[in-house]
Order: sequence, then C-alpha cells, then structure tokens
Amino acid sequence: MDTVLNYTLITDTMMKIDFGGLDPSAPIKRNTDDWRDEILAAPSFALPTTADFDGFQKAAVQMVKPAKGTTTLAFIFKEGVMVAADSRASMGGYISSQSVKKIIEINPYMLGTMAGGAADCQFWHRNLGIKCRLHELANKRRISVAGASKLLANILYSYRGMGLSVGTMIAGWDEQGPGLYYVDSEGGRLKGTRFSVGSGSPYAYGVLDSGYRFDMSVEEAAELARRAIYHATFRDGASGGVASVYHVGPVGWKKLSGDDVGELHYKYYPVEPNVVEQEMAEVPIA
Amino acid sequence: MARYDRAITVFSPDGHLFQVEYALEAVRKGNAAVGVRGTDTIVLAVEKKSTPKLQDSRSVRKIVNLDDHIALACAGLKADARVLINRARIECQSHKLTIEDPVTVEYITRYIAGLQQKYTQSGGVRPFGLSTLIIGFDPHTGIPSLYQTDPSGTFSAWKANATGRNSNSIREFLEKNYKETSGQETLKLAIRALLEVVESGGKNIEVAVMTKDHGLRQLEEDEIDAIVAEIEAEKAAAEAAKKSPSTKET
Repeated sequence: MDTVLNYTLITDTMMKIDFGGLDPSAPIKRNTDDWRDEILAAPSFALPTTADFDGFQKAAVQMVKPAKGTTTLAFIFKEGVMVAADSRASMGGYISSQSVKKIIEINPYMLGTMAGGAADCQFWHRNLGIKCRLHELANKRRISVAGASKLLANILYSYRGMGLSVGTMIAGWDEQGPGLYYVDSEGGRLKGTRFSVGSGSPYAYGVLDSGYRFDMSVEEAAELARRAIYHATFRDGASGGVASVYHVGPVGWKKLSGDDVGELHYKYYPVEPNVVEQEMAEVPIA
Repeated sequence: MARYDRAITVFSPDGHLFQVEYALEAVRKGNAAVGVRGTDTIVLAVEKKSTPKLQDSRSVRKIVNLDDHIALACAGLKADARVLINRARIECQSHKLTIEDPVTVEYITRYIAGLQQKYTQSGGVRPFGLSTLIIGFDPHTGIPSLYQTDPSGTFSAWKANATGRNSNSIREFLEKNYKETSGQETLKLAIRALLEVVESGGKNIEVAVMTKDHGLRQLEEDEIDAIVAEIEAEKAAAEAAKKSPSTKET
C-alpha cells in the first residue's frame, strides 16, 4: 500500500516548489503512477526567466494599469459644493469609453469622484456607501463628511503599495455645513475648498482658480465648473466625452447638467461665417 | 496541550446562564452606586468603604472619566472594572480618530455592553463581574444621559438608577422621590438616595457631578459633609413638621 501524501501547501512565492528541504523521515515516494503525481503535486507554474522578477512585475502592472486620465473637480461655495467631471476612459492612447459615470453617488447627500482605476473607485465608493449606511443605523445619525472620508482614507492606507489607484474627492453636506475632502490611494487625505484631480487638472485649475468667488449663485458656479471641465477636455487628450455637473446642497445632491464637450466647444466658440475671397474654379484639362 | 476554547458560560437545561447570574451576585456584593440625571446636571455617588489609615485614598477613585464628556462608576469586581475602563477609554479615542467626532454616551455604552456580552459567549473566559453606570452629555445635542450595563451585556437608559449593595432599596427610594431636577437639587437627590443605605458622612461617600460646560467634578469631602448636613436638617425639619399637631398635612 503506497502512502499517499496530501499536499495542500499554499505559498506566497510563486516559485516552483522544491520539497527537498522537507522532513526527510516523511516518505516522499515517487510512485510509478505519473498521473497520481500530477494530481497530488502542489500547484505551481514556471516563472519567466528574468534576473529581476519584482522589477518585471512592477513594469507589467504599470503597462496595464490605467493612468489617471481624467478631469474631475469640486469646490465649496456659498450655496454648497459643486462637483463636475468628464466621462472619458482611456487605456494609453486608446479611448475605451466616452460615457463613464465618474461622479459616484455614495448616498443621497454625499458624492465621490472617480480618478484612477475605475474598478477600484467604483468598488470602494460602494463599500463606503455601505459603511455610511451602517453607521447611520447604529448611531441614529448621519455620518459626517469628515468621518466618511476618514473611513475611506484608512481603508486605502491599509492597501498601500498593493496597486490600488484611486484619486477621489468626497463632497457632501453635513451638520457642519458643506464638506470637501481629497482622498487618494497613497492614503493621503486633505480638507479643502477647491480641488481638481486627474491628467486634465492643471487646465481645470487655471479656469477654476481665476473664475472662483465664494459668493456665486448656483447657476454661476455650475457654469464655472462646466467651463473648467470643457477647457481641460480641450487640451488634455485623456479627458473628453460629457461634462457632468452636480450640486450638493443642504438637502442632498442634484445633477444639474451633462453636456457633450464637443457641443460646448461650439457654444463657447461659435463658428464665424468666413468671407470667401476667391472661388476655386475647375480648370479644364486640355 | 490543553485547549482553552471550550465555553465556560453555557446554558443550563432551564435556560439560565449560571456564570452570568453568579456575576450578578458579585455585583450585588459590590459597593452601592447611584446615578441621577437632571436637566443640566448628572450626578454619580458611590459608597466608599472605610479607607485603611495607611492607604492613599486618591489612588482608589471610584468614579472615573472615559473622555472629557463621559464618566463611569461601577459596582463589582474592581480589577475587572480597571480592564473594562481601559478598553473603553481607548475606544473613545479611537472613535475620535476615525470619525473625527467624540463618542456619544449611547455609543460607548453599547461598546462596553458589547464587550461584556462577548465574554459570555467566548471560550475559556468568564464574564466581567461588574455593572456600570455611565453618564455624559451628547457632544452634538448637549442632552444629558445615564445608562446602565450589566454582566450579561444588556444596557438601557435611565432617569435614575442604582447598582451594587442594596440597590433595590435605593431604587425604590428613587422611584418614590424622583422628579425632574437641575443643579444642586439633582446632587441632593443622589446623595439622599445613597444615604438610605450608607452611613451618613463625607468620608463614606464619593460624589461627582457632571455638567456640560465644566465636565466631571469630584466633590471634596467637606463639600459632601455640608450637603449631608443640609439633607439631615431637612429631614429633621420634615419629621418635626409631621409630629407637630398644629401644621396641616397637604
């Protein structure tokens, strides 16, 4: 009767497992049944032959990881928080979608923006929404924007270095009034009044910072946000699609508009009909 | 190698958790503690057994702070109390760190009660042998609260309550004499309740008062003596009024 060893070893290193170091007294009989060997052998696979496997792995992740190609912005003003974003998803030079929802509705009074990995942002915002609801149920009061952003920041910090890519803004209205926090996958968390995140953010900041006043009306603030997104999509190749604008007020958030940036371009810069100086005439070929 | 994961607290055939009930017995042997909630003041008063002459009485504080706005008094095993209080204090700060807000009285009570319950349903441990009285003001609404927890892990809010030795008689007194009070009146009610079962005198009672603006204040022995004297005088006056035939009872 052959002794059958059940190997259910799970190892972190993905090397081919070498059982040479195991307890020599335990019988490691090589049976003549090869198929039995295969089934019983612990899972393993051959690694690419590189000198620096870790470096190779990092480079591979960098290649596939979507860059934070986006433009999102949010700012606090007299009437609450204005949140706006574009809707383009790109993978390097390829535009994978023009209609991505980058403003995530965490709950009826809090919004989150998406920049970085779409899956990461969507999942963790949804998870945050669950945590906020559980907090409400346990404590019979809504969670503050500070608390919600802190929960997310702590989660992202605990996954630091594991490849999450999240650059988000949490905007909401709580007992202290309008609140805006920037949270990223490095675990950073900043409180502020004006933020823009993504590859198009420098362009958005230019328009936003020069046009910002605290005492704007909702319409003025929405127009400022829309224009800032438009200008970012004009110059940044990784941003485009539709400029969505949301407003967070004392009773919750409301979507104000979603305009195609191409149409916005012609709205801001309408085409002037040019005077034709010379008409090109067909020259008959002799 | 013995494995300490078998539960000590198991059900009896008729549905009792004897370990929990024995823990409640330990509580009943502990010193009396009274809590009274007023409209703007909450008072905790605890029986102080006579301190040995050589002992530093300041090292045996019976009423402790959990945070700036929450205090706790308990009856039962003092060593268990120390452990529970430390865990509660850490949780108060941890909450402040993650939620950026101080705990509500209900939250920390729920945490302490949850801890006590966990120890009735884990392997190799016994329940905490103490009941706590937790007082505090809600950091957002400013509303005063008084909560009680017990070794089984249940908790509830009270207008006034007592635990420990002779808690039943104190509770009876409170039920008869409770009314909405504030400030000094709340303080007097709490001390009167405790004096039902404790020898009167400042050195036998430890009293602390919590207000929204000043937090927890432990009363000095002579302050307590003064109030006790006031109460005695009132009692004597009431007795005299009863005995006097010319005064009519209303």
